[in-house]
Amino acid sequence: MSEMSKIVRTISSISFPLIIIYGLYIISHGHLTPGGGFQGGAVVASGCAMILVAYGSIWTIGKMKEKNLSLLESIGAICFILLAIFGLGFGAVFFNNFLVGSDFLFGTIPSAGSTIANINTGGVIPLMNFAVGIKVIAGLFAIVLVMAHASSTREGKK
Amino acid sequence: MSKRNFAAVVFFLVIAVFFFFSALMMHPFGVPEKADMDDEIIKGVQIETGTNNGVTSVVFDYRGFDTLGEATILFTAVAGVIMVFRRLKQ
Repeated sequence: MSEMSKIVRTISSISFPLIIIYGLYIISHGHLTPGGGFQGGAVVASGCAMILVAYGSIWTIGKMKEKNLSLLESIGAICFILLAIFGLGFGAVFFNNFLVGSDFLFGTIPSAGSTIANINTGGVIPLMNFAVGIKVIAGLFAIVLVMAHASSTREGKK
Repeated sequence: MSKRNFAAVVFFLVIAVFFFFSALMMHPFGVPEKADMDDEIIKGVQIETGTNNGVTSVVFDYRGFDTLGEATILFTAVAGVIMVFRRLKQ
């Protein structure tokens, strides 16, 4: 895939940070507002795919190797499973929410009913949202990047 | 009628009767089912998991194994796609 015109490149590089911030907001507020790791990760990966379409796959693969993306995805998966195993170690069962009610991190319990959203709640759920978010960002962007790079090299050989 | 067509007609009749009677046995429209599990989750979600978003707490806490399976599916899909297209690139 070759790069597109200068207008497209300028507009996409202006709107890219806004898309990234919106996706990270959806990931980090997954325990308060609709959304979560999967949805926010899809938003961020769509922004990265827009940059890929605007700048071309050769420029993008010079900035971000697909090897690093698969490493990042594995790190997300390992963090997710480690959090589940920590539930087995510190709590009672696999996937136990051992942080809720503690003073450490994300431990506050909101009062019942509709309350003002407090980001310091949710126990292990925000951390799992971050892990799944990293995993989805890296996974989806790696798929798009590898497909675009494979098609561009085949066109070059013709 | 050949044996193959006869088998097809019998199969069609069995499926049609099954769908007809399951349509008759559907519970009436607009009447909610008995929902003990829903009430339990809605009542206990803020005390047990500490989140205001009930859907996320169901996905990541009550049904954590389901999310683990989803993550595994995504991981397998990414690994397969990267394997195929890396071979294609060379």
